[in-house]
Amino acid sequence: MKPGEPIIRVEGLTAGYDDFILLEKISFDVRHGEVFVILGGSGCGKSTLLKHMIGLYEAQAGHVYIDGDDIVTAEGDARKAILRKIGVMYQSGALFGSMTLLENVRLPLEEYTELPDDAIDLIGRMKLELVGLEQFTGHLPAAISGGMQKRAAIARAMALDPTILFLDEPSAGLDPITSASLDALIRRLAESLGVTFVIVTHELASIFAIADRVIMLDKRKKGIIAEGDPRVLRDTSEDPWVRQFFLREPETVVA
Amino acid sequence: MAALAIRDTDVARVLALSGRLDANTIPAVWRDARRALKDAPGKRVVVDAGEVDYCDGAGIALLVDLLRQRAKGEVELANLKPAFATLLQQYDIAVLDHDLDPEPKRRPAVEEIGAITAEVWHDVREQVEFVGETTSAFFYAMRHPSTVRWRDVWVICERVGVDALPIVALISWLLGVILAFQSAIPMKKFGAEIFVADLIGLAMLRELGPLITAILLAGRSGAAFAAEIGTMKVNQEVDALETMGLDPVRFLVTPRIIAALLMMPLLTLFADLVSLLGGAMVLQSFSIPFVTFVHEVEGIVDFSDFMAGFVKTFVFAILVAGIGCLRGLQTSAGASSVGDAATRAVVSGIILLVIVDGIFAVMYFFLDI
Repeated sequence: MKPGEPIIRVEGLTAGYDDFILLEKISFDVRHGEVFVILGGSGCGKSTLLKHMIGLYEAQAGHVYIDGDDIVTAEGDARKAILRKIGVMYQSGALFGSMTLLENVRLPLEEYTELPDDAIDLIGRMKLELVGLEQFTGHLPAAISGGMQKRAAIARAMALDPTILFLDEPSAGLDPITSASLDALIRRLAESLGVTFVIVTHELASIFAIADRVIMLDKRKKGIIAEGDPRVLRDTSEDPWVRQFFLREPETVVA
Repeated sequence: MAALAIRDTDVARVLALSGRLDANTIPAVWRDARRALKDAPGKRVVVDAGEVDYCDGAGIALLVDLLRQRAKGEVELANLKPAFATLLQQYDIAVLDHDLDPEPKRRPAVEEIGAITAEVWHDVREQVEFVGETTSAFFYAMRHPSTVRWRDVWVICERVGVDALPIVALISWLLGVILAFQSAIPMKKFGAEIFVADLIGLAMLRELGPLITAILLAGRSGAAFAAEIGTMKVNQEVDALETMGLDPVRFLVTPRIIAALLMMPLLTLFADLVSLLGGAMVLQSFSIPFVTFVHEVEGIVDFSDFMAGFVKTFVFAILVAGIGCLRGLQTSAGASSVGDAATRAVVSGIILLVIVDGIFAVMYFFLDI
């Protein structure tokens, strides 16, 4: 697949919980190798959308094609094959508490590859070095800080070098320096390996630093209100709410 | 696919890698490349990556692994495309060569025994402290009933008491039936089946009724208390209470202990009754009518026997609920520690029940009850 071609297609996706519909018939593409950011106010369904895209929640209607395969309808081995292509970092980190950081990163490698044990070990250490945790490989998640847990979770999501990485609020809770180096890491992976990133974040600095394209969701419209380059949207969007979001202004200004 | 070609020149051994290097394609290449490096001792090795057209993190790991196999300068990497070279530059091979966070060495046996003893002693102290803290909180609550969160108490009562009725009924009925059946068969040989009623009446009301109910309470509610409070601890909800200036014991422990104190005696009465019913059912099949059974039980079990069992239920309730809450509050962090808390709540709850039941038995013996 060449850069620029759509690697994820969301078509007419309706997402919600029972009778409560958060997003109605939304469609968009994520292109190969781009850093794609999902934006929106609290409670507008960003994380819900992300969870639908990774097949964790069942869609009420519509399809999510990942590299051509529909994750909404896929089952069994077909589903596993899709999941093998993606890596996910959850908001809370979701590391396994009874395993050390290295064991956490090793787990997907042990389950999915035939690599010799010391090679798995080396890859695990490299992933942890990448996120600056080489000195904590033997620690349990409970023994390190929240920001470090997050970085370890990113290392685990990258263990199998997936073609698409989903990150839910990656820089929340990180100090500016770590956050900036994480941004740099994301850009480097996107540019040199063609990894596609789908990121939910609120960090404006981070959005302008890394995002190729964003979509902005809205609670009232139950859908996408803006799509495109964040810098362009900030300067030219006709929707005052969108401009406000990027300029970090309080809501009262519009009203 | 990934491939490896080995060429020997006069001055060096060349390992030419080609194709796609990722986690799926490299396992075989990895092994071969390592062997090729080992087979050429003393010779300079050049890893030629010119033909590599894709190289992800696993591929970079392979390159790192080959580079670190020998002293610096003896292995060199050639022709790696710039896009992949930037990936390689992120790593410090010297760092990767050492385990910077090794597992702590195992302590010698004597030290281990000492540490465990200190831990047990610490745990006993904590339990004693907790008993004191809970007792004072309980009496405070009794003197100031308005400080108790009664709404919580009723909800917990329902979970501890009402929801436990089916399992308590099942187990105590079964116990009554088994006791009756197993003793009636040999007693029949002496024509003494009627005394089975005495046996069940005394055994259940004095000992087994309270004990089996308490064990069920420990398994159901003690574990639930520990898991619930443990999860709250992990989610920092307990910290939130403390920083609001609210005492976690008053908020979380007192309602649970009051609920257990209210429900445990009632559950025990229920268990006693159902087990007697089970016994009576069995004896009917041995031609002893229900009325005779009741009459016999009434004759042998007097009020002091009943009270001997009933008094225990209050103590058992405090023990089971208290230890459940304590284990919950001792939870450190992570999912496994919540599991540990629940396990320890049940295990130490049952151990304490046995110990206290023994103390009661000795006490009753000397008091001649």
